[in-house]
Amino acid sequence: MCLAVPGKLIRWIDRDPVAGMAEIEFGGVRRPCHMACVPEAREGDYVIVHAGIALTLLDQRQADRLLADLESIPENSTSPFAPSSAAIQPPPPGGTRNALSE
Amino acid sequence: MTEPTLSCPSPARDDGERITLAHGEGGRRMRRLLQERILPTLGITVGDSADAASLGNVGQSLAMTTDGYVVSPLFFPGGDIGKLAVFGTANDLAVSGAAVRWLSLGLIIEEGLAWSLLEAVLKSIAEAARLVGAPIVTGDTKVVPRGAADQLFLTTTGVGELFPVVPPGPTALRPGDVLIASGPIGCHGVAVMAARERMGFLPPPTSDCASLLPAVAAMFAKPIVPRAIRDATRGGTAAVLHEWAELSGLAMRVDESQLPITPEVAGVCELLGLDPLHVAGEGMMLLAVSPEQADAALEALRGTEVARFAQPIGEVIPRRLSPVLVRRGLGRELPLDEPLGAPLPRIC
Amino acid sequence: MRFLNEFRDPGLATRLIRDIRRMATRRWTLMEVCGGQTHSLLRHGVDAELNDVIEMIHGPGCPVCVTRSDAIDWLAQLCQLPPVLVTSFGDMLRVPGDRDCLLNARAAGGQVRAVYSPLDAVRIAQETPDLQVVFFAVGFETTAPATALAALQAERLGLENFSLLVEHVRVLPAMEMLAAATDCRVDGFLAAGHVCTVTGFEAYADFASRFRRPTVVTGFEPVDLLWGILHCVRQLEAGQSEVVNAYTRAVQITGNRAARDLLDRVYEVVDKEWRGLGTVPGGGLGLREPYRRFCARRRFTQTLLPSAVPPVATELPIHRPNRCRAGDVLVGRLKPTACPEFATACRPESPLGAPMVSDEGACAAYFRYSSSHATHEPG
Repeated sequence: MCLAVPGKLIRWIDRDPVAGMAEIEFGGVRRPCHMACVPEAREGDYVIVHAGIALTLLDQRQADRLLADLESIPENSTSPFAPSSAAIQPPPPGGTRNALSE
Repeated sequence: MTEPTLSCPSPARDDGERITLAHGEGGRRMRRLLQERILPTLGITVGDSADAASLGNVGQSLAMTTDGYVVSPLFFPGGDIGKLAVFGTANDLAVSGAAVRWLSLGLIIEEGLAWSLLEAVLKSIAEAARLVGAPIVTGDTKVVPRGAADQLFLTTTGVGELFPVVPPGPTALRPGDVLIASGPIGCHGVAVMAARERMGFLPPPTSDCASLLPAVAAMFAKPIVPRAIRDATRGGTAAVLHEWAELSGLAMRVDESQLPITPEVAGVCELLGLDPLHVAGEGMMLLAVSPEQADAALEALRGTEVARFAQPIGEVIPRRLSPVLVRRGLGRELPLDEPLGAPLPRIC
Repeated sequence: MRFLNEFRDPGLATRLIRDIRRMATRRWTLMEVCGGQTHSLLRHGVDAELNDVIEMIHGPGCPVCVTRSDAIDWLAQLCQLPPVLVTSFGDMLRVPGDRDCLLNARAAGGQVRAVYSPLDAVRIAQETPDLQVVFFAVGFETTAPATALAALQAERLGLENFSLLVEHVRVLPAMEMLAAATDCRVDGFLAAGHVCTVTGFEAYADFASRFRRPTVVTGFEPVDLLWGILHCVRQLEAGQSEVVNAYTRAVQITGNRAARDLLDRVYEVVDKEWRGLGTVPGGGLGLREPYRRFCARRRFTQTLLPSAVPPVATELPIHRPNRCRAGDVLVGRLKPTACPEFATACRPESPLGAPMVSDEGACAAYFRYSSSHATHEPG
């Protein structure tokens, strides 16, 4: 269930921790979105919005790094993971903590 | 003047704010509604209002079309039900190769409709009719009980004069014909959905509701006669492509990267998970033109205000497995589904 | 649009496709878990592009498809009661229950409205105090924070006319159920990126090692999907089965703390019936106290209209005497056409199992393809 779209935070409307809202720009339109999950977002940041609420900050550095890595794969490379596989986070240590305590 | 009491029969006070059932039941209040309000607002003099309009001896090939209009809300950014009813019918004639000359207007009013709303719609109808150059020559008004209609329904019939040569229609399509969109797709559907569901978009997406007659006329004047023209209303561009594929026995192929899409429609469609190809326009049409005439057709279209963003979007090809194909971003041609009713926002 | 268009770039996609082809020494079977990923794969033609080296099995991650059908039937009846307005995501409206879909219920006089956000439903409840507004809370952990927030806002506003029919599902338990099947053909999993945006992916390490399946947190645009597939193939070729995050711009290892807190505050983990899969232990979310007062089932069976609503309330019976083998189709054990109900009792307009419900479901795709071109063997 996962249609979530990146948008740019134009301005905060309300800083309330539950009812907080900000105006987010998607292409040619802006829409007020709920910000309870991303209170740290600042104007100019990109957030990922699903069903009217911002789910997370979009990490622009990671986005640019992946694109740069993909662009720089030489045509005859045998491994697309060169030159920097830093975009890949190492597998996390074991542990089965879920979003919900079971 | 004393306050009306609640005794029967209900007193004939006309407070002027809302249309009531009594306005639709014939008699004095009906006549007053028509003669003092509806007709003048439409710019029709009372003497003209007979039960039937004489169109005179025309000596011309004529075309006729009729359409009912229901839209909620009645007013939306870029248009309203009145403008829609006039332009929609004028466009149905235009894409059939006819210039609208006379219009009829049927009103079905839900009791309780504010007069100010009706007046605004009527003014809009009058202005649109003036713009397409066709008088409203006959009409009808009914008032129905609350709940029997949603505020206001309109029906317009248009009679138009055919141009000397008209598009032969989709059965005449040939492989290699160029598909042209006369303007950005999906604007009307997005605007109405955003307004109806009060989705809070800023700026509010605007309907493209407009008369296509100038663009069609500009082509015929060249003269260029497209093989087929169709306004992409309900079901959007996809519905037209499917209809043409079925009637011609050929396939339609469009290139996603060539589709004219405004940033507003792009943003809303991404957010709601809609394919702009499935969303209606009310001021754009698809044309199929022979490859030799494609450039001239584009030039003629782009010379008009309503079709200034006309763009080739694909071509007619021999029939394959799928009747309609879209070349998507990665270059692959994929089947395009026929729309399943009105597009609904999706989340997955 | 920024951060969308770049990841639809045909040049980058072509390179990745080339690299996947170069790397794969055999045809691998991967499952994309999320319905949104399925949609994107099909819409952009990514699966068709790789069909000879990668078989994509479309996973159970379409919440619209896996929502139990009797919940739909219940709402279809509930919305006929004059004070009730049922609000729902648009894609849920066409999904048939055992008896009806919500669009038909509306045609029959029920009050049903599509909303973009559960918070819009709260606003409607606030503006129309004489209506009982029910929101159909379906979806994975991606969507649950929005409905949790709706409950919090309704609480804060003191709304007595807002309630939720909670049918949220949790994706990892369903993946575990699929992977545990002895004949599961899936070699590697593309985990649902936007679910992980909320939950993080710590728990997937255990999944990957326990079932020995590489598991790659994957985004939704063509380049993201290809990048995820490439990571999966690399591991398969190297004999590894680890968790990798290939959607780094949106997913942190621990997810989003604030969103997880919202879930913990409003919901608790429950066993859940998935349409087509049966009961998934820990496979769903239910309201916890004190938010159970927003439970639509509780409200409409115990307080408001005890006689008018059918008594399916708290324990909805599951009765589906059919031979639907959606579970087998979902794990790639069975071709849709081999199911005894396929195209007979089970059709897009009257689906029995999840994969026939949504356009992207494997059964629906086969149905569409094979009915219009009977001689063509679908790939």
